[in-house]
Amino acid sequence: MTTMHSPALEVAARPRRRWPKPTLLIGLALLLLLLVAALFPRALAPFSPTDFDYEALLKGPSAKHPFGTDNFGRDVLSRVIYATRVDLQIAVFTTLFPFIFGTLLGALTGYLGRWSDALVGRVADLVVVFPFLVLVIAIVAVLGPGLTNMYIAVSAVGWVSYWRLTRGEVMNQKKAEYAQAGRVLGYSPSRILLRHLLPNAVTPAIVYLMTDMSLGILLGASLGYLGLGAQPPTAEWGVMVADGKNFMATAWWISTFPGLALTLAGVTFSLIGDGLADALRPRT
Amino acid sequence: MTPLLSVRDLNVRIPTPGGILHAVRGVNFDLMPGEVLGLVGESGSGKSVTLRSLIRLHRPPIEMTGTVEYGGQNLLDLSEARLRDVRGGQISMIFQEPMSALNPVLTVGEQIGENLREHKGLRGKAAQDRAAELLDLTGIPSPRARLSDYPHQFSGGMRQRAMIAIALASEPQLLLADEPTTALDVTIQDQILRLLLRLREELHMGVILVTHDLGVVAQTCDRVAVMYGGRLVETAGVNDLFHAPKHAYTLGLMRSLPGAGEHRRPLQPIPGGPPDLRSLPPGCPFAPRCEYVTDACQGMEPPLLEVAPGRFSACIHSDELPALKSTPEEVEV
Amino acid sequence: MHASYVIRRLLQIIPTFLAVMLVVFLLVRLLPGDPASAILGDRATAEIVERTNRELGLDRPLPIQFGVFVRNLLQGDLGDSISLKIPVLRLIGERLPTTLFLTAYAAVLGVLMAVPLAVLAAVRRNTWVDAVIRAVFQVGLSLPVFYVALQLLSLLGARLGWFPIGGYGEGFGGHLYHLFLPALTLGLNLAAILVRTLRNSIIEVLTAEYVDFARAKGLRSRVIMTRHVLRNALIATVTLLGLNIGALIGGAVITETVFAIPGVGRLMVDAIFGRDYPVIQGLTLTFALIVSLVFLITDLIHARLDPRAELS
Repeated sequence: MTTMHSPALEVAARPRRRWPKPTLLIGLALLLLLLVAALFPRALAPFSPTDFDYEALLKGPSAKHPFGTDNFGRDVLSRVIYATRVDLQIAVFTTLFPFIFGTLLGALTGYLGRWSDALVGRVADLVVVFPFLVLVIAIVAVLGPGLTNMYIAVSAVGWVSYWRLTRGEVMNQKKAEYAQAGRVLGYSPSRILLRHLLPNAVTPAIVYLMTDMSLGILLGASLGYLGLGAQPPTAEWGVMVADGKNFMATAWWISTFPGLALTLAGVTFSLIGDGLADALRPRT
Repeated sequence: MTPLLSVRDLNVRIPTPGGILHAVRGVNFDLMPGEVLGLVGESGSGKSVTLRSLIRLHRPPIEMTGTVEYGGQNLLDLSEARLRDVRGGQISMIFQEPMSALNPVLTVGEQIGENLREHKGLRGKAAQDRAAELLDLTGIPSPRARLSDYPHQFSGGMRQRAMIAIALASEPQLLLADEPTTALDVTIQDQILRLLLRLREELHMGVILVTHDLGVVAQTCDRVAVMYGGRLVETAGVNDLFHAPKHAYTLGLMRSLPGAGEHRRPLQPIPGGPPDLRSLPPGCPFAPRCEYVTDACQGMEPPLLEVAPGRFSACIHSDELPALKSTPEEVEV
Repeated sequence: MHASYVIRRLLQIIPTFLAVMLVVFLLVRLLPGDPASAILGDRATAEIVERTNRELGLDRPLPIQFGVFVRNLLQGDLGDSISLKIPVLRLIGERLPTTLFLTAYAAVLGVLMAVPLAVLAAVRRNTWVDAVIRAVFQVGLSLPVFYVALQLLSLLGARLGWFPIGGYGEGFGGHLYHLFLPALTLGLNLAAILVRTLRNSIIEVLTAEYVDFARAKGLRSRVIMTRHVLRNALIATVTLLGLNIGALIGGAVITETVFAIPGVGRLMVDAIFGRDYPVIQGLTLTFALIVSLVFLITDLIHARLDPRAELS
């Protein structure tokens, strides 16, 4: 829009900032924390996540049990730590397949255009008419509750955003000079697509992947809460919130701490997403 | 005769991540009533930034210092309320790209109307009539019907006419025009320039015209101020400037024009690009690109001095520059 | 706005909806194994399974089944609920108004929170005010709906007793009172989604050249804000709101479950646990229909507010 302006005015319209922001660093630091908890729960957790202790039912936070104990006497802190692995796994598996499938499909239809693009576009329009959560739980309802079926359901629905992002980028890049140059040099279409277009066009999808991981964790936990995701007695944050919901009045800690962990994980990925978006934004 | 507008030591500083961008550095000039002054320079020379600061259009953190004297008051330290009377009321401004300067969701009639209400106290039927008159004045056919049209329903040239009509609603003393024809094709460009000249005659307005196009200057201006690297480097009457530039940069601009200078000579663009205003080297900012450069140019930045009656130049070598046997009329628009 | 435009947009819904019916139809056919035994459970004898298959027309070829499905749908027959033994259409008709009330209420609360804060953040952009607003909503975006619902319920509902902890109440005022906490939950979630995008689009408007032109005309800031900025920002709000209707419905499913509100969202979750496939089908269809209608209405409002929209 401002291409006709003098550079000085462009600077005026979009002032400050390009010096590195703490967003990405904080996000990565939090991610490191989560990864340590996911990889070495045994080292961090004071207790086993599944051992019942009938001597200590519904005990509030104390030095021995910083997050208290639940109605089976299980240590909430230990369960929160052990759940990290499951929830990070949810973040990865709810996004990885949609990312791969959507990005490749977007590159392909963006490059080929015409009917393939129109066809996939129709399917995408159809998918977005269904509320995401509704379609996912309907599919899970048919396939049966559980994490694997949840991943299948999310993959069937979640590719659309990646398809859109990559398709648009590939269409832009296709017009760029180097792609034209590749064609003049006689490179095969698949080489132009995979070696030149896709690596350049995948940036927005990678940025969105981080935001999507944050959404994926929330979705997985929501399904867990509803009883359609991870199944008890697996320690998963959403399931744990559900476990404690009947004790909110007497033992608030059972639900509250897993919920905070969940929020922290969500914030982690959205900070990384924002930071990446900022760092990778094309310089003009 | 007292000047309509007097600019003294105008400085504009724009904070950027890479440091303070000193976009306008100590600019001085006067504008007489009814005069058309061309402010010429490359992209990034600070000409648009200068124009915008005349009515204090820049917002914080951009900093403007110096004085812009109009009607006995300094516009740079006037209260917001008083400034609003001047803005749009006595000094109007038109922009380069009417499609982005006109609000897409308001009709052209509404956008003229808000000017008439603010500065002329006109409402309802009277405002409608006057708005139609203004569209007619700027040469828009069937003006009354077009009042209820939205900007996107106008063609490019008509849109620029509509913006001029909005700017003229308050019958200003001074019109600031920021590259008003750059976005238009050549025939429309010519029509718009003629329109501006006619309106200048009819309304006896002063005009400051920012452009990078010497052809536009030749066609419309009485006097020219050439900007380079945030400073004025030469000011002169339009004939003098085209006949005998007194700054090496102006000479370079002339030589890059078709139809100017010696016959059948290939065009010579000035090599290099504009200086980085965040870190200027000492000396003349044009020196790195100048074919007349000597050691004397490197020491300190030459000030703008009177080199002949009514002619100012900031070039050490102003006497050595060749005359161009060109007149503004020869320059193709 | 031309009537032809409205009609054209309405007609565009028809193929979409046919495709939606096909998806919903195929969804239940995805059931592993035999649909009837899945519906009836493991205890059913082979004889009962076969009879059910015949009764439901499941022994016929798929295209014919789909034809019957569409014909029944067009006659308003969505089948009967397996667990409640009443027509699905009637069931949805009874429960839908509650959900519509809740989502509308939440949308109002969400917009009331999001718009002023987005304007404030945009006007004070890159100051601490902006930073705080953005940080709060960044965290808000990561707060799961079921968690916020549970915390509000236990704190403002159970512990402090300011609001009822469930139900729908009687009359308009009763609904407003009973649904306040659920609507607040959903509204907070919506506001978190809206604020950031809204802030950015308001900044885009604030730095648009027509705002500079308006300032150059000497207009008062109040006039510039109301006529030039908010009007354009409103267009962005409506569009965003429309785009997020799916998220709002998803949130309603969860919120209704936590607060025990007798709406279609809770019906959906109950139906899933009761393996009540006709209800799941009917609800999925209903939600898709609502989303397409909201998309349509958003487009129409957009065309109404933005004179450029009709051209494209």
